[in-house]
Amino acid sequence: METLLDPLSYAFFQKGLIVAALSGALLGFIGVYIVLRGMSYIGHGLSHAIFGGFAAMQLFAAQLYIVGAGLWGIASALAITNVARRSRLGADAAIGVITTASFALGVALFARFGTSGPAFDNALFGSILGITNSQILWLVLVTLFTVGVVFVRYRALMFTTFDPEVANVSGVKTGRTEALLMIMLSLAILVTLTVIGVTLVAAMLVIPAVIARMLTDSFARMLIISTIAGTFSGLAGMYLSYYAEVPSGTMIVLVGAVLFIIVLAATGARGLRRSAGMDSHAPRPTREVVS
Amino acid sequence: MVSAMSAPLISLRQVDAGYRDSTVLHDVNLSVSQDSFTGIVGPSGAGKTTLLRLLLGALKPQRGVIDRSGSVPVSYVPQLETVDWNFPATVEECVLMSRSARWVPWTSKAERLEVAAVLERLSIGDLAGRHIRELSGGQQQRMFLARALIRQPKLLLLDEPTSGVDISTRHDVLHLLADLHADGMGIVLTTHDLNGIAAHLPHLVCVNHRVVAEGSPEQVITPDVLEETFGARMDVLQHLGLLVVVDPSSPNPLAG
Repeated sequence: METLLDPLSYAFFQKGLIVAALSGALLGFIGVYIVLRGMSYIGHGLSHAIFGGFAAMQLFAAQLYIVGAGLWGIASALAITNVARRSRLGADAAIGVITTASFALGVALFARFGTSGPAFDNALFGSILGITNSQILWLVLVTLFTVGVVFVRYRALMFTTFDPEVANVSGVKTGRTEALLMIMLSLAILVTLTVIGVTLVAAMLVIPAVIARMLTDSFARMLIISTIAGTFSGLAGMYLSYYAEVPSGTMIVLVGAVLFIIVLAATGARGLRRSAGMDSHAPRPTREVVS
Repeated sequence: MVSAMSAPLISLRQVDAGYRDSTVLHDVNLSVSQDSFTGIVGPSGAGKTTLLRLLLGALKPQRGVIDRSGSVPVSYVPQLETVDWNFPATVEECVLMSRSARWVPWTSKAERLEVAAVLERLSIGDLAGRHIRELSGGQQQRMFLARALIRQPKLLLLDEPTSGVDISTRHDVLHLLADLHADGMGIVLTTHDLNGIAAHLPHLVCVNHRVVAEGSPEQVITPDVLEETFGARMDVLQHLGLLVVVDPSSPNPLAG
């Protein structure tokens, strides 16, 4: 019990715990849509793209970093969606170019104008130090926004994820729905970036969702289980991070990975069968079937 | 012209269509109404699905005009292989995806009863809670039909609805479509199955990058039209009042 209570005597840890739990929950929640749409790679790329905006705003207007990096992230997300849907060059290659270029820009800006130190490392690997009340507020607002959108657009999001073409001709504005999802994703990455870290955010989008998929065949239950798995990873990872004195993001992801292994061992072939083919909804260029 | 009995719901006039800079269909003139029970036949790559997508409004024409009668409720049944059947959803959840305008995530009692009635009509009433992966090909087809029917469309478009299903299911689907048509729903489907499906429909449109011919099976299932459509000579026989297409060059001469 002391192990659990001792770190709570520090204000920074209390804030870190709240942010880690909320971050895990948020990424686990939205990760269901990302994983089922085969967009894990986009999540990974987007986190790197946002780093460019984060770096630029840290240097030129640090107080406004969340606004600037948010706009940068949303623009990147929409560009990525567009490229993934329409590119003739190959979505993976195009996304790779866009996102790594943005990441490289961030690194270059830091190297040329910034001071290498905690801010840079924190953005890459996450840190529980220096979390401000405004960061917590932003995280709460984005979480409420995401849950609210999923609540009112639950079926439209599920339909667009399962069968986008039929959803489109059945009255769902799939373009708008996908854009909304990408905005939610970029905002989620942005507000969790400082705790999880840009290099590890994608893992927390994927791992809880895959764990949940292995445990259930129900979409609604998958959302709930993924959120719980993300929350648990955040909480346990924070404590381990505190005691092991390593960046919070790494421990949060490692806890998720251990959970994944446990669930895989417990569910065996059934879990593998359930999680098979989760990349089969990757955004593809406009269909050219001419039968 | 598909039907002279009721006003067209959708009319294509001198339409060219395709994808990016390639044109798949040329100069298509076609109308469909609530009286239509039409099969679009043609070889692979001839533009059958493209024509269906034009009717659906999922594809804009490169040239020509498409007239729609107001906002026509149209439902679409895609080919089975277009979705991931491992997706975490039950039959009921899939059917209710068509009701995506609802602002709350849970299912109302009225919706549940409605789904049950549609599934019952399609003889899969006991499968509402089943995961979609556990369905047979025929049951998956019926689930897609249920998802389309719950929108109460005036026009139902189906892409190869009997592809990959057994003969018994093919008969069942055909009878079901005939029942829906008798209830006043327009039906347009694509098929490559000349003997199993096309010959049983009242109206056919033969497509090979353009409309080669249209009319009743007796009018269009002829050696000349089939050669122009499929690029190969086929014989047509009469058997028990039904047309039977025979491909003399095939080891299995019954075409389709």
